[in-house]
Amino acid sequence: MLHLTLDLGAVLLLALGLKGLSKVRTARTANGLAAVALVLAVLGLLLEQGLTGWSWMLLGLAAGGGAGALVAYRVPMTSMPEVVALFNGCGGMSSLLVALGAAALPAAGGRAALNRLELVSVLVSVLVGAITFSGSLVAMAKLQEWLATPGWTQRPARHAVNIALATAALAFGLAWPMGWLAAPVALAGVTTASLLLGIGLTLPIGGADMPVVISLLNSYSGVAAASAGFVVGSQLLIVAGAMVGAAGLILTQVMCTGMNRSLTSVLFGGALGASTTTGGGAAQAAGDDQSYSRVTSCSPEECALTLEAAERVVFVPGYGLAVAQAQHSLKELARLLESAGIEVAYAIHPVAGRMPGHMNVLLAEADVPYEQLIEMEAINPDFPRTDVVIVLGANDVVNPHAKTDPSSPLYGMPVLEVDQARSVFVVKRSLGAGYSGIRNALFELPHTSMVFGDAKAVLQQLTAELRTLGVGKVPVTAGR
Amino acid sequence: MSEALWVLLLGSLLGFELIGKVPPTLHTPLMSGANAISGITLLAALALIAQAPTPALQLVGAVALGFALFNVVGGFLVTDRMLAMFRQRGNG
Repeated sequence: MLHLTLDLGAVLLLALGLKGLSKVRTARTANGLAAVALVLAVLGLLLEQGLTGWSWMLLGLAAGGGAGALVAYRVPMTSMPEVVALFNGCGGMSSLLVALGAAALPAAGGRAALNRLELVSVLVSVLVGAITFSGSLVAMAKLQEWLATPGWTQRPARHAVNIALATAALAFGLAWPMGWLAAPVALAGVTTASLLLGIGLTLPIGGADMPVVISLLNSYSGVAAASAGFVVGSQLLIVAGAMVGAAGLILTQVMCTGMNRSLTSVLFGGALGASTTTGGGAAQAAGDDQSYSRVTSCSPEECALTLEAAERVVFVPGYGLAVAQAQHSLKELARLLESAGIEVAYAIHPVAGRMPGHMNVLLAEADVPYEQLIEMEAINPDFPRTDVVIVLGANDVVNPHAKTDPSSPLYGMPVLEVDQARSVFVVKRSLGAGYSGIRNALFELPHTSMVFGDAKAVLQQLTAELRTLGVGKVPVTAGR
Repeated sequence: MSEALWVLLLGSLLGFELIGKVPPTLHTPLMSGANAISGITLLAALALIAQAPTPALQLVGAVALGFALFNVVGGFLVTDRMLAMFRQRGNG
């Protein structure tokens, strides 16, 4: 009876945890509640089944838990999305292994033969677990930029390949219970075809859509867990897996809406910016380098002079800022401007960074006051009364073509309307195309100037330059 | 067994209802937290270890458990690290 109480407590806490994670105030507590729920679940299971095989349990616990803790503490905040993808892939791998192990149990004398529902569950766990694993690893490699989107993956033939792989997986899956193939051969076939399918489905999707893909794969790992619950006969696992699967699906939908993309176009539409006419994102991106014609560039000194005269400055931080580790230099510059009585704000696009909400995390890490981080809808009306906008390593989210050019692949995506400000400075390493490989009309506007260089170096130069100009000389320590 | 299917249905409905409006700020932490929860498949790994009659299958179970715990422990800690930063700004 005690184990049932623990199980019910776990389900309750999991539900409260998922609910609480969607509100800022309760999120951290909710995360803790969910963690407690898993501890209760494990205790409940151990009470029920005893400690048979405890040395193996301890081994898995120490190795997996230790590695997880190590990675979680070591990873820099910039790489957060990749790590979530890695964790998710490992969850899928776990379901895959459990299902394969359970399939081998009856022959080894560990349990009675599997019934029909259990057979199907094993197959679902293997299929979904394998897709989650390989898909998540591809997503991680793309976010790390270890892997580009090869041009050939954009051909329509990829759909035929994926359909063939899915058919093969199902055929092997059918061959197992029907006895057409020996069990190990059939299951190896299902596993291989599903692993390849995970790669085939994820590889054609552009890097900019990876957050949506990870969220969807996260939902899949819930499904894999639920079907593993059928295999081992754990109702708690079924409930929890189903809950995460469904919640992940909703979150995926919410994220798609935020990026103005439909789930189908993310999954089957190929990479954003790899338009059908050129047949390859890489080719188009390379061609764009030459196509900027009316770009003005300026030095940090000139930029500092404009800043000195400004009354209101808005920074638009993007992933490039985080990569350059320039958050702290940015905060320093902002403090200096504020000490001279200049109004400072940060415009945060919903998908700034590599994942929605990623930029807020990165700036919070640098102690930027939360009240100065302003969401897109709130800050857009304020751009016309802004003197200077400094874009730091952001690109697609400030592209005015998203509003004006129906032929742009970004058309319809909500963007920060920085072109409305009096002057715009874009700090960028070079004129290379952005993450999605789409040219940016903002760079060619007459009131836009490019400041070429590393974001951190430019920000430090600006701060030094403003100090020589005497900005903020008197009250520079007042804020501390 | 039909009982288990009811559990599946009700669990899914609950999941659909739990997530409503989520501020964009929380998309990454929520995804990461949900991801940690999906590591609950560790229960299946524990059950496999207990039922396994041979060391080979126990090893499979132990490896599965390791992968699941990597997901669970790492997932919750990383989510906590992210959310801790949101709290800091409130204090100062």
